[in-house]
Amino acid sequence: MNEPTPLSIYIHIPFCRRKCLYCDFLSFPAAEDEMSHYVNLLLREIEQQADRYVSHKVISIFFGGGTPSFLNAEDIAAILCKLKDRFDIAKDAEITIEVNPDTVTRDKMERYPEAGINRLSIGLQTADDEELKTLGRLHDYAAFCKAYELARNAGFKNINVDLMSAIPGQSAASYRATLEKVTAYAPEHISAYSLILEEGTWFYDNRDRLQLATEEEDRQLYEMTKQFLESCGYHRYEISNYAKDGYECIHNKVYWQRGDYVGFGLGAASMVGDVRWNNCDDMEVYEKALLSAQNGLTCQRNLHSLTKQEQMEEFMFLGLRLTEGVKKADFFKKFALPIEEVYGETLKKLRKDGLISEGDPIRLTPYGTDISNYVMAKFLF
Amino acid sequence: MIDQSRIRNFCIVAHIDHGKSTLADRIIEKTGLLTNREMQAQVLDNMELERERGITIKAQTVRIIYKAKDGLEYIFNLIDTPGHVDFNYEVSRSLAACDGAILVVDAAQGIEAQTLANVYLALDHDLDVFPVINKIDLPSAEPERVKNEIEDVIGIEAQDAPLISAKNGIGIEEVLEAIVEKIPAPGGSRDNPLQALIFDSVYDSYKGVIVFCRIMEGVVRKGTRIRMMATGAEAEVVEVGYFGPGQFIPCEELSAGMVGYLTASIKNVKDTSVGDTITDAARPCEAPLPGYKKVNSMVYCGMYPADGAKYPDLRDALEKLKLNDASLNYEPETSIALGFGFRCGFLGLLHLEIIQERLEREYNLDLVTTAPGVIYKVHKTNGEVIDLTNPANLPDPSEIDYMEEPVVSAEIMVTTEYIGPIMQLCQERRGRYVGTEYIEATRALLKYDLPLNEIIYDFFDALKSRSRGYASFDYEMKGYEESKLVKLDILVNHEEVDALSFIVHADSAYERGRKMCEKLKEEIPRHLFEIPIQAASGGKIIARETVKAMRKDVLAKCYGGDITRKKKLLEKQKEGKKRMRQIGNVEIPQSAFMSVLKLDED
Repeated sequence: MNEPTPLSIYIHIPFCRRKCLYCDFLSFPAAEDEMSHYVNLLLREIEQQADRYVSHKVISIFFGGGTPSFLNAEDIAAILCKLKDRFDIAKDAEITIEVNPDTVTRDKMERYPEAGINRLSIGLQTADDEELKTLGRLHDYAAFCKAYELARNAGFKNINVDLMSAIPGQSAASYRATLEKVTAYAPEHISAYSLILEEGTWFYDNRDRLQLATEEEDRQLYEMTKQFLESCGYHRYEISNYAKDGYECIHNKVYWQRGDYVGFGLGAASMVGDVRWNNCDDMEVYEKALLSAQNGLTCQRNLHSLTKQEQMEEFMFLGLRLTEGVKKADFFKKFALPIEEVYGETLKKLRKDGLISEGDPIRLTPYGTDISNYVMAKFLF
Repeated sequence: MIDQSRIRNFCIVAHIDHGKSTLADRIIEKTGLLTNREMQAQVLDNMELERERGITIKAQTVRIIYKAKDGLEYIFNLIDTPGHVDFNYEVSRSLAACDGAILVVDAAQGIEAQTLANVYLALDHDLDVFPVINKIDLPSAEPERVKNEIEDVIGIEAQDAPLISAKNGIGIEEVLEAIVEKIPAPGGSRDNPLQALIFDSVYDSYKGVIVFCRIMEGVVRKGTRIRMMATGAEAEVVEVGYFGPGQFIPCEELSAGMVGYLTASIKNVKDTSVGDTITDAARPCEAPLPGYKKVNSMVYCGMYPADGAKYPDLRDALEKLKLNDASLNYEPETSIALGFGFRCGFLGLLHLEIIQERLEREYNLDLVTTAPGVIYKVHKTNGEVIDLTNPANLPDPSEIDYMEEPVVSAEIMVTTEYIGPIMQLCQERRGRYVGTEYIEATRALLKYDLPLNEIIYDFFDALKSRSRGYASFDYEMKGYEESKLVKLDILVNHEEVDALSFIVHADSAYERGRKMCEKLKEEIPRHLFEIPIQAASGGKIIARETVKAMRKDVLAKCYGGDITRKKKLLEKQKEGKKRMRQIGNVEIPQSAFMSVLKLDED
């Protein structure tokens, strides 16, 4: 019998109590009955799709949002129950849920592990209450502390904390304080991003009124992240992700290593066998598609079978995000071509500019990491 | 046969926006040639660009039949003329085909700079001019004042001028009757040898060159072997006809006094230069018509295809445009920065903009344009004189004795309250005050000599803004004058970018150099290394800015595995690269070459 192919599952929960001012993800506030209706649709989608993955084994599940912890714990349990029922899930599968401090309760925290969740990702962003207000978050730092303690008490051994730098009004000192406070809790994993203004957000529309970090300040905070977290025993395994040994996020790495993953829920993205698609992002359309699936309707959109060139591009610009880099042998194994034959000139030029390392595997140098967009764009045909 | 005494060849002259094209439309409409529905907004402005900008660029001609109150039918040949100062050349061509002109004056605004310029041009051509007062329906209309103004300033009879509103169709009958009464019938005799003036031509891919002509003497018909007197080219006439609205209508013959077109399978537009005289090869006339002054290009710039591979396309497009626009000049040139392109000559900045837009729209070309400049005369120490159209060709300073720049005589009509700001503007632009004439107590005509290179950029806009739109402006070439000129070079990462060099008066070199550097700093993206941008003149660096090295450029959170979105971001970054020009090891976006044209917009 063939070895089953590893599969990751992403579940999108598009609901939030209120949208944060910088957020351009697919999320919106909703009433309780809307949410339970959505969960029913999700269950239906999983049911309809599961048969396509009989030769896959699930290695990770990720509840993202929006705010998955905004749902009742029963709903989360029901979704996991359905997944377990219809998928072959590895015993040691990493099962993560994103939570916001303002939506967790002791009850939820205790039910998550019962349902099978073994990893928690807490959206903190900053330990400074003023900065939290600026971002439009609905919790303060104390709420995070409480949530964190509830999580540990409930037995969570793998916790991620999301942090953000370059928040309007944030000083180097306040950012350092955030790093100090958070590392004092010793979470296993920290995701650290710089604020990016995305079109369609309140921040973007009001950018002239915001006290945005200058480029130099942004860079300074970014440098501080690296140095501080590394000095605390976190290693940077991906451009924005730091972990203690043995706690790299499996689900996250699947994206960069181009493993198969399927997304369920509104707007969720999937890639299976070098075919990409995403679900529609309109709730009515999503609902209609799922309720009329017997009539051939589908919520899947933009189905695209990646060309060889596109696969190569992705292989490079995704693979280079990881500090372990890309192995020449892996490239050859996948494409039956030596990497030099395809990207020889690009690699030579990037090496000369000191942006990627010599030898094998190919890695971004620290400078290359700092300007990774520039480097990655070079691998597009 | 058409009775020559019942032909009227005329044009309408006016200041821009005084309602020339609207009146033309009304005349066409009244004479019943087209139904309302067939009339597009304005029949005669048929280029897309003309409609958009509300201006006439190419002269247009239409023949209409009018049944007058005396019970007789008259043939009107209405030749519409461009209104903008850049196109005086076209105006002049059109006037030569006419026997009279209608002067349209806005009842509220009165005489403006171009009113004067155009009316003088018409009088120079010995045309009978009669005024009509337009826009009498406006609350601010003062027809009596304007009548007096016309009589005082221009010196033509205006008391019985028709009072009209072209927009609302008021008084149009009166205008039509005045055309019959006041514009003389054409002279000439059909029995004399053929003598016809070419006043325009267009190229048609089926018929070849279509020559627009006014027959002064004799007859031309299908089969006539014609000779172009200046070029000596001969051809056999295939078709003659007249101008219907938006179409060519063939007819038997064109005889003395008529305006029409002819085709003769002429493939080369150069054979039928506008202003030339056509005669019968078998029975030539004794002498050509006086023709008219050929107007030379005043403004030059380099035009390059954004994509170097499109060079042949640009060449073909320019060739085609040239067929219908004799005033466009171009010759190939090469720039280190921009590759292969053309140095193009234009009548003025508006002409330049229009050609550029037509190339982009009608020929789907993406262009990089260098800063427009004028023709400088460079007197070398060895006595040689060079006409310099491209700053990159300026000889070494040691070989230059002195330089001259073109100067125009400008007339600016302005209400007295804005005389101060306008005079200040002229001083800033190195103007030399010549004098002031008061048209009436509240309006004056300011006369200045101005260097042409000071007005080609944005003088018109500055004039409008400093007078709140009340000033009007006209100019004509005066001649060349010695001037303290220097070449300003731009160095990017220590390499000179030839396409960014320009000639400037020594006194403003520092200011312009500084602005250029500031502008380029915004335009040039960060590289892996620091890039100095310098302005240099006479071997000295006079301004400097620095583009800092790229230090951080990292993607944000990759959300739920949505790779497509991130790839789009990278693609955008890469797409940007394609529109770059490589200078040494620096990539300069094409927009940088254009942005320096807008230095004064602060």
